Amino acid sequence: MTSPAASASASAGSPAGASGSASASAGAATPPASGDAPGGGPGTSARSARRRVRLTPYWLLLPAGLWLALFFVAPFFYQASTSVQSGSLEEGFRVTWDFTNYTDALATYAPHFLRSFLYAATATLLCLLIGYPLAYMIAFRAGRWRGLLLVMVIAPFFTSFLIRTLAWKTILSDGGPVVGVLKSVHLLDFTSQLGLTGDDRLLATPLAVVCGLTYNFLPFMILPLYSSLERIDASLHEAARDLYAKPATVFRKVTFPLSLPGVVAGTLLTFIPASGDYINAQLLGSPNTQMVGNAIQKQFLNVLDYPAAAAMSFILMAIILIVVSVYMRKAGTEELV
Amino acid sequence: MAAATRSRTLAPLHWLRRNAVVLAGAASLLYLLLPNVVVMLFSFNKPAGRFNYEWRAFSTDAWTDPCGVADMCGSLGLSLQIAVLSTLFATAFGTFAAFALARYRFRGKGTGNALIFLPMAMPEVVMGASLGTLFLNTRVAFGFVTILIAHIMFCLSFVVVAVKARVMSMDPRLEEAARDLYAGPVQTFLRVTLPLAAPGIAAGAMLSFALSFDDFIITQFNAGPSTVTFPMFVWGAAQRGVPVQVNVIGTAMFLIAVAVVFGGQIATARRRRRS
Repeated sequence: MTSPAASASASAGSPAGASGSASASAGAATPPASGDAPGGGPGTSARSARRRVRLTPYWLLLPAGLWLALFFVAPFFYQASTSVQSGSLEEGFRVTWDFTNYTDALATYAPHFLRSFLYAATATLLCLLIGYPLAYMIAFRAGRWRGLLLVMVIAPFFTSFLIRTLAWKTILSDGGPVVGVLKSVHLLDFTSQLGLTGDDRLLATPLAVVCGLTYNFLPFMILPLYSSLERIDASLHEAARDLYAKPATVFRKVTFPLSLPGVVAGTLLTFIPASGDYINAQLLGSPNTQMVGNAIQKQFLNVLDYPAAAAMSFILMAIILIVVSVYMRKAGTEELV
Repeated sequence: MAAATRSRTLAPLHWLRRNAVVLAGAASLLYLLLPNVVVMLFSFNKPAGRFNYEWRAFSTDAWTDPCGVADMCGSLGLSLQIAVLSTLFATAFGTFAAFALARYRFRGKGTGNALIFLPMAMPEVVMGASLGTLFLNTRVAFGFVTILIAHIMFCLSFVVVAVKARVMSMDPRLEEAARDLYAGPVQTFLRVTLPLAAPGIAAGAMLSFALSFDDFIITQFNAGPSTVTFPMFVWGAAQRGVPVQVNVIGTAMFLIAVAVVFGGQIATARRRRRS
């Protein structure tokens, strides 16, 4: 059990770690620490041992680095060149430095982009609201049930993503209990007035898509929240109580600020995949709730307009980069490192 | 007297306030597990039409004939093959990289860290579409190999993160002690370093198996028309009508994984008690 939790909390801390490493990369040119020299038996000369140390990390990094360079970095250059190509499938595509792919994509798919970020942001906020109490409970109130509860947070992952999303189709179905209850308390009338639902149903509405997104990415919020809450020293709570702070004040002034690294990591881990997702919009939504992922998938796999798909991917990536960097600056990333 | 009765009538309210967090947390947990319960329940359904979205009648037909749907078990086998192979490669490459990044200081370490981190911070559509573009441009035929390449690519980072976390928390003095006791570099690595890093490596391998087995988005862009993994089969079935057997597989996956996790937990607890 410790293993998935540990890995999850480790991956949760990663955005913070990488932002730190990226900023530190400029000053990373430090000589190898000779104290770390592995081996170096009595027979080897000091010089060859030092060279071995200098090269060992590069050899170790080579397979993974090469793989990512070939199949992660290089594709981006191919896609960049594809995004400025024009032509057709029959005649073939040529690089014409035609930036109309970008302007066309924005003009045609502006609603898709807008929806993607709106849905992803709403889902992220809901994940925070739903996930925080659970992470808090596991960190402070679970006692010896902690391990079991963490397994239960990861457990949904054991059933395929697509199968679980299809299960929401059953849960939200028109004749189902959820629609029945919401209808009887007239909540559906309220949400249709907000434009979230229509025709007295949940399926094929924006609400269903957001519900699916929230559900699917909730564990990505809970695990980093948990790992930052778990690190908080309980004596800080005692100290706050000794100084006559009410429970709400303790939370507002001590617990929540100390959990901010988890909040930032969790919101990023939820927001980024959610904004590129097309499974929820496809299975739970309607043509009116399509996100930019659906558009990219359609252009690439059905229309076979690769330049348009490439341009859209780049726009999506650029917007995410801007949103994330602004957010990280606002949230104060120094605390995260 | 009056105060005592008042506090007694308000007792449930006090209890509610004290345990509000626990109740909210339990509600969140129910929300998380609800679809799994539905999947399990509907694996015993006997749907009237092609779509298994409405409860009709109890039946164990799907459980007694799990491979009764054309092509489903073939796609399941393909997914398992790809998951095993990509886990082997990703775990080996990722473990090497994790040791390099956790144990050494060298020029380019920051770049290495960034390279490992980026695939986790990229939406899957973007990664899938760009790798697909590379294969299109270099005229590589889509199929088993392209899926495998893609899966190793996105699993690597998760292995590195899991192993790195473990290696960083290991006490370097244990290895020093081994060397002081005249263990050679190979002996030190095999008998001290590797056993200490094993939980991290196992976590990385489990994670990459699960990620590879379940991936749909990146796979869809890099599979081509004739190679159908299990998630792709489910995607196709969602349009034509999902057979009940899909729920059986989902439930079986869930139960097997739960059994593995608890088996592991019991084994560690027993080992800890013995030592």
